[in-house]
Amino acid sequence: MIAGLAFYLFAAILIASAVMVVTSRNPVHSVLWLILAFFNAAALFLIAGAEFLAMILVIVYVGAVAVLFLFVVMMLDVDFAQLREGFQRYAPLGAVVGGILFLELLLVLGAWRFAADAGDFRLSPTPEGVSNTEALGRLVYTDYIYLFQAAGLILLVAMIGAIVLTLRGKTDTRRQDIAAQIARSTQVTMARPEIGAGVPRESFLRRLPTAPKEEPKRVEHQGGGHH
Amino acid sequence: MLAVGLAHYLTVGAILSVLGVFGIFMNRKNVIVILMSIELILLSVNLNLVAFSAQLGDLAGQVFAMFILTVAAAEAAIGLAIVVIYFRNRGTIEVEDVSTLKG
Repeated sequence: MIAGLAFYLFAAILIASAVMVVTSRNPVHSVLWLILAFFNAAALFLIAGAEFLAMILVIVYVGAVAVLFLFVVMMLDVDFAQLREGFQRYAPLGAVVGGILFLELLLVLGAWRFAADAGDFRLSPTPEGVSNTEALGRLVYTDYIYLFQAAGLILLVAMIGAIVLTLRGKTDTRRQDIAAQIARSTQVTMARPEIGAGVPRESFLRRLPTAPKEEPKRVEHQGGGHH
Repeated sequence: MLAVGLAHYLTVGAILSVLGVFGIFMNRKNVIVILMSIELILLSVNLNLVAFSAQLGDLAGQVFAMFILTVAAAEAAIGLAIVVIYFRNRGTIEVEDVSTLKG
């Protein structure tokens, strides 16, 4: 009874905050509603008995992903009013597609039921007398070790990818470019200056083999085009 | 077994996923909100997996939900990095401008 009431409360808040994520005018508000949605989803996980996943959801999503979203939204100086254009135009299409999708899902829900012997096909039945976290730990490090390792690899690739994508080479410092050094011609020139006259810098510095790259062309789309 | 019926969880998951799809349609220009909608869809998937796992007494669903959580976090990180470099190059994050890359 209590669980049922709590379920309805958390589900209602979850759906309401999801609506606000999608429709709110300011993306910062969207992120904050997303955080509320994740908290309520974690509560639903708790009601279902998945304590470990609920805590992971709070830590990973609220602690990391939502903060990442918040950083990016606040870091980018975007004119959000301009991004709202076409909101009314696309709303009917979105409502139609969403409505059809929802009806289909309801049809699936109405016509579908478990097989009579579904309980016999369980991959890893929940052990008795063990907490959810301990049961998951026993599974993840034994039966699902490859899945676990794959998750770690995915996180590693994501980390390296994010760093490589956003890394900006410094342009105001001179750094060693090993490829350019190796690609230099092997001709060595000797300079024999008069004693005391010195050597001008251009006579002993050899040219690099390649010309510096040009800046990529920037295209403005103020007057028409694809808007 | 679940304290509340499986159908309740599945309905909430269906509504959440439809809201995510709706959000992608509504915010066609704002990449960040589209990414958030994708997070909502993945959350509904997780909700379904956990509900089935609890109903059947099978922990494999929760293990897989954990995997999806990992993939969602990685996807958010990479997606936001792409948004950041796109904004750095173009000064806007409108999705429709991305089509200028062709030819």
